[in-house]
Amino acid sequence: MKELNTTAVNTWCPGCGNFAILTAMKSVLNSLAGEGLGLENVVLVSGIGCHAKIVDYINVNSFYSLHGRVFPPATAIKVARPGLKVIGHAGDGDAYGEGIEHLVFAAKRNVDITAIIHNNRVYGLTTGQYTPTSPLGYKGRSTPSGTKERPINPLDLMLSSGATFLARGTSHGLELLKKIFKEAILHKGFSLVDVLQVCVTYYNMYEYYDKRVYELKDHDPFDYDRAAKKIREWDYDKDAPIALGVFYKKAAPTFEEGFVKTGLSEIERREKLKALMQGAE
Amino acid sequence: MADFSVLIGGKAGFGIDRAGFAIANILNQMGYCLYIYRDYPSIIRGGHTFSLVRAAARKIAAHKDRIDTLIALNQDAFSLHKDKLTRDAVVIYDSDSVNIENAPPASKTAGLPITKILKEENAPEIMRNSCVIGAFCKAAGISPEILEGEFRKDFPEGLDLNLKVARRGYDAVSEIYKIKAAGRKRLPIFTGNEATALGLVKGGLETYISYPMTPSSPILHYLAALADEFSLKVIHPESEISVMLMALGAAYCGEKAAVGTSGGGFCLMTEGLSFSAMAELPAVIVLGQRPGPSTGLPTYSAQTELHFALNAGQGEFPRLVIAPGDAEEAYYMAQVALNIAWKCQVPAIILTDKNLGEGVYSFDSGLIPDIKEDRPILWDRKSPYKRYSYAENGVSPLAFAPAKDNVIKINSYEHDELGLTTEDPAETEKMQAKRLSKEKYLRAECARYETVKTYGNKSARTAVICWGSNKGAAVEAAEELDLKVVQPLCLSPFPVSQVAEAIAGAEKLIAVESNATGQLVRLMNLHGLSVHKTILKYDGRPFSVEELVSELRKAMK
Repeated sequence: MKELNTTAVNTWCPGCGNFAILTAMKSVLNSLAGEGLGLENVVLVSGIGCHAKIVDYINVNSFYSLHGRVFPPATAIKVARPGLKVIGHAGDGDAYGEGIEHLVFAAKRNVDITAIIHNNRVYGLTTGQYTPTSPLGYKGRSTPSGTKERPINPLDLMLSSGATFLARGTSHGLELLKKIFKEAILHKGFSLVDVLQVCVTYYNMYEYYDKRVYELKDHDPFDYDRAAKKIREWDYDKDAPIALGVFYKKAAPTFEEGFVKTGLSEIERREKLKALMQGAE
Repeated sequence: MADFSVLIGGKAGFGIDRAGFAIANILNQMGYCLYIYRDYPSIIRGGHTFSLVRAAARKIAAHKDRIDTLIALNQDAFSLHKDKLTRDAVVIYDSDSVNIENAPPASKTAGLPITKILKEENAPEIMRNSCVIGAFCKAAGISPEILEGEFRKDFPEGLDLNLKVARRGYDAVSEIYKIKAAGRKRLPIFTGNEATALGLVKGGLETYISYPMTPSSPILHYLAALADEFSLKVIHPESEISVMLMALGAAYCGEKAAVGTSGGGFCLMTEGLSFSAMAELPAVIVLGQRPGPSTGLPTYSAQTELHFALNAGQGEFPRLVIAPGDAEEAYYMAQVALNIAWKCQVPAIILTDKNLGEGVYSFDSGLIPDIKEDRPILWDRKSPYKRYSYAENGVSPLAFAPAKDNVIKINSYEHDELGLTTEDPAETEKMQAKRLSKEKYLRAECARYETVKTYGNKSARTAVICWGSNKGAAVEAAEELDLKVVQPLCLSPFPVSQVAEAIAGAEKLIAVESNATGQLVRLMNLHGLSVHKTILKYDGRPFSVEELVSELRKAMK
């Protein structure tokens, strides 16, 4: 097993849920390498936030993007080089807040990339404000008397946007996380894994999640209606059992397949241009 | 020397714009050089829209106020333009809807009942244009063969009916005058937007990404239509934010990408622009300026965004800003922008506007030097790859994934040579200095191309300085007044010594700009250069040659 470490010093808080994601990612990359994937074909894309440091900590190609802007460059990279495995990491503020339009469009296009959302339901790096998935009444530094808005259910939104692989994991379930990540990365089409990752400093939900999570059993992910039902079981707000695992899977054409690329030499391009310009006389 | 203008006007939905092109094509077949000014409101139906087709026996890039032939499809087209008719103008009009009272006494008029003709032929309203194109050809003594040739070439859909209606128009009027063939070699006709698109393709464009926004959307449409033939990827994503970030994703893979927008879209692109500079990912942005602020006048023209282009984006970084003045320069500068963006790994902005982008020009590729696609500086594969390795000229060699046993890390945070995030003070200072040091290399690269042009009487005591699409009117006006014209093509890095040299010897320098505050003047002042007078126009309309002559006369006093 390759270490895949860089020279960067890890600055996540001790106990941060991101460590589980990092460990799972490295393990999955090694596993894929063992099955013949050259890791030079992997590109990690991240936004800005605690989650994003992951690209500094894994020694593979990376594109450390802007807050909310993980999926446009990830899409363009896949379109430019369909042979690359493009894995986007984004926070919940990043993917479900500032960049939600890009997430919806990436799902709508079914571009063959993977979105791993570090969903701790709080802004960590900016010191504890509510996010799009914080429960109603969440008291953060920008909402001292509690939020006045309900959270979104990102998996429900993604299902209706056209994502073809939807799953949920937690940072307290490493083995399941590895399994889901690998399946998501190998899925052809837009895959999203919502990871209930715990921020120990601003929103420690370990105990809450541990009491409510269960793993999906005898679930047919190709059944849209059952997937929708399971996805809606917990709305990220009121107490309910929280299912983990793969909710939905579908085979569908991908965005990048729609681009015909024949490759044109400079000479061919010049000739074609010449003909085109003469035709306009 | 032959030089005349035909104005065709009517309601949006009458096919005015297409008729303007058809008339231009017909005159092109007869060996004329063309320029079309297209004026239309930001609506789909109704309103007043017109095309002013100017033809001359030499290259032109501006319109004149004077109208020699007016084709009026509605009352506005006559009433709003009759004051510009020459004494012996020809007026062709729809006798079913246009009253031509008060036409100049010596003018010759030819009415035809378009509504009636269309009804009799059971033709749709859009074929009003075919009817008057036919009438124009007859009135101007142009042969039916030329007329038919134009329809066969440019009106393939519904050809038979179009031809029938055109023929009815042809037969409905009599010959009034004779436009003689000018005998020049035929040149292709392109809009500035098309020329920009073609220049990008010639420069090696692989991906074009754009969210529709006037006046740059025609580049998107044109390249989308060419995508299969030229193996281009053309993407219209969810927003300009996505456009810019997608361009950077493509650049990360070594794909030459460009984007197109107007000021409002460029606002959304600025975070990506700054990222382009920080990550040293090349990007070419075609910025079609509008009268502003805000939504402004979407379908009209201005030069309002020079300082926005020069300063957009957080942080300090070098950038290329260039402003072509006509179709040939648009074609040329698009290639320059791609070459320089990739060689220096900087963002490059091509400033255009509606006059240039949607203006129609006879295009002479013989007027511009042929330039080859430059190869960017690439990693030698000898030492382990460092995306941001320090180099004498500030430019770190490029590598693209997949690169076996090496990693390519780009970063929007301050970073070290490997691309890993850093907050170390020494590293921060060194990396910022590295990026800024590219300006020197950027200047040297710019100097390989023409950055400042001069026209007219080089030893004149009065010189005119202009930029972008005002070139055409300025050059003609200066010719009439025997002045010199100076046109900086490159605005960042500003070619101070070349501009100083170009204006040297002029006792009086007059700046001509299509904005309200004199943005080039401000840029010159910043570099210690001053002008004596400034002519500003900010009503959204381009300078006509006559108007600029008159303004210059006043300014020279």
